[in-house]
Amino acid sequence: MKHTISVLVENKFGVLSRVSGLFSGRGFNIESLSVGETIDPDISSMTIITHGDDLIIEQITKQLNKLIDVIKVTDLMEVEHVEREMVLVKIAPAKADRPDALRITEIFRGRIIDSGPKTFTIEITGDEKKISAFVEMMRPYNIKEFVRTGKVAIAREGVKK
Amino acid sequence: MKMSGAEILIECLKKEGVKHVFGYPGGVVLNIFDVLYDEKDLELILTRHEQAAVHAADGYARVSGKVGVAIVTSGPGATNTVTGLATASMDSIPIVVFTGQVPTMLIGNDAFQEADIVGITRPCTKHNYLVKDVKDLAQTVREAFHIASTGRPGPVLIDLPKDVTSGMCDFVWPKEVNIRSYNPKYEGNKWQMKQAAEEIAKAKRPVIMAGGGVILSGASKELKELAELTKTPVTVTMMGLGGFPGTNNLSMGMLGMHGTYCANMAVQNADLIVGIGVRFDDRVTGRTADFAPKARIVHIDIDPTSIRKTTRVDVPVVGDIKQVLKEIIKNLKETKEQWGAVRKSWLKQVDTWKKERPLDYEHDDKIIKPQFVVEKIYELTNGEAVICTEVGQNQMWAAQFYKYDKPRTWLSSGGLGTMGYGFPAAIGAQFAMPKATVFDIAGDGSIQMNIQELATAVINKLPIKVAILNNRYLGMVRQWQELFFNERYSHTNLDVVPDFVKVAEAYGAVGLRATKPEEVEPVLREALKIKDRPVFMDFVVDWHEKVYPMVPAGAAIDEMIFGEKKEKKQKFDSSQIKIA
Repeated sequence: MKHTISVLVENKFGVLSRVSGLFSGRGFNIESLSVGETIDPDISSMTIITHGDDLIIEQITKQLNKLIDVIKVTDLMEVEHVEREMVLVKIAPAKADRPDALRITEIFRGRIIDSGPKTFTIEITGDEKKISAFVEMMRPYNIKEFVRTGKVAIAREGVKK
Repeated sequence: MKMSGAEILIECLKKEGVKHVFGYPGGVVLNIFDVLYDEKDLELILTRHEQAAVHAADGYARVSGKVGVAIVTSGPGATNTVTGLATASMDSIPIVVFTGQVPTMLIGNDAFQEADIVGITRPCTKHNYLVKDVKDLAQTVREAFHIASTGRPGPVLIDLPKDVTSGMCDFVWPKEVNIRSYNPKYEGNKWQMKQAAEEIAKAKRPVIMAGGGVILSGASKELKELAELTKTPVTVTMMGLGGFPGTNNLSMGMLGMHGTYCANMAVQNADLIVGIGVRFDDRVTGRTADFAPKARIVHIDIDPTSIRKTTRVDVPVVGDIKQVLKEIIKNLKETKEQWGAVRKSWLKQVDTWKKERPLDYEHDDKIIKPQFVVEKIYELTNGEAVICTEVGQNQMWAAQFYKYDKPRTWLSSGGLGTMGYGFPAAIGAQFAMPKATVFDIAGDGSIQMNIQELATAVINKLPIKVAILNNRYLGMVRQWQELFFNERYSHTNLDVVPDFVKVAEAYGAVGLRATKPEEVEPVLREALKIKDRPVFMDFVVDWHEKVYPMVPAGAAIDEMIFGEKKEKKQKFDSSQIKIA
């Protein structure tokens, strides 16, 4: 089962490799991992998406907690939460297709963040399904480049499952 | 007052109460070694290999209960510590290892003797540090000792760039350590401890399974009290030897792959296993699906990751063993159970198993049996020696045929199984307990892995007794080849074994040899008389001898095989047991 694990860590060099090393060293798979500083610059927040049965997830959370630099581990599967990721898509549609591509972007509430004579770069955020759907819609419009961030997630205010 | 990083480091070690440091010099740690030159309160013991320095620090820690310390240089010096760190990590031994590093401005430039030791040792240390500024040094050392020795103990590495040890700053010793993300839990959950006590109270066929955690936590007294109060038989893991007196009536000896028939049968037929400071290693559980099939499992451990890692657990208790056992005993004393009556037939069955198949071997008048040597060591030292071992058959015979009554008298690489561990560990142990009789029970293969430490033992006048059970083979591997690979002895025959007597003499130690059973005792007596230098005893033993019983890898622990004459197995039916 897919789990979204949120990890607060000390913002020091080497911490990311401690966390990722824990996964690789024990044969756990990371599907996506995103890290950023929190409001407190001494603390970073990681959002890790991983797969596993209950026993594996229990081991993962316990092992993460055991790392000296880890401050807090939350399995967001246990609480209501919201998830987002962002994609940048660079497309090069045929001239006649440009209005269609722009219209679809609008429907998905995407933004054009760069444009040139031949290409558009579109920014889009949302949950996994929305992003996948958008990417599918863009396929006919000659996708040149495509980058996707890892997921970030946050628990909803005071809601338990 | 401004001090150099090297001076600060030594000052920190003294503040931590360190008296002995094991190490090896090199280019980038010269600042530290220069300060050590005039140092009176701190002795650096020069080993002949960095791996040995770390094992010595580890042996020192196991015997004394204090943090062991090693200092080595960068690059190869640092990478040579990896085996020692991994050994200490697997066995939860508190050590702090300082490695030299190239100056900060050269880090990452493939400088001469540079190795990313923090990266290399991340998975085999409890924690590690690269100190980038001399101002952080004292705080880092303080934290490292705290982390190494608290919670589940373990090795911590500090990497010291050369400019950090030469840099100057004011020395400020941090009064306390406060790491917001590190708060080991010592007190068990009240409700879970009560549950554990209830399980123990109502069980009809309980077994206590005690591991190295009992020794690390200093909980031997409490363990004995619990076992005797509730009349529960005790089996120990290899790391737990000495945690419960081996001569106690309730002791069943070691369990697992080379455990006793009694212990393995008792575990498989128990209705309750109380795992105390054990991590349910595969060598202990055998095939996990069939481990203790009839039992509920209570597991007490300070490390939550150990719980439910390999086996199911019905009642988990996370906390310090000594504290948790005290609370459980308190709970049990409030119940009115008559343990003697409840456990009578179970204890009788345990005794029957003990008598049915005790650990034994066939003595021979012409050729020395390795087990006989271990028995004689036990006899002649009255069971009071500190026994270190290498890894393999020698280790298992030392575990089986010597009875360990006291904690911290058995030193063996349990988790990692490090050949070459025993001799340097014995050096550390002898420094920690100068008056103790320290043995290294070795194989001819293992002793050659750190044989150069004879120099360290000779120069420090350490009277370590190395009993080499010389069978000219990598015996344990050969045993597996014999049993499971159709006697295809691929590369386990050590065709050229050095003349260990001459090797010892070449280093200025004493070398003795026994080739016949009647020579074993005189050789041991002679060795025990020597007080000012190490002794190598070359016991030329029967190479055919195997370690029995044995549970083949992947089998359940009651699927034991025995020596040739004892193939007949008996099945035990727990329903036959009558509870009074």
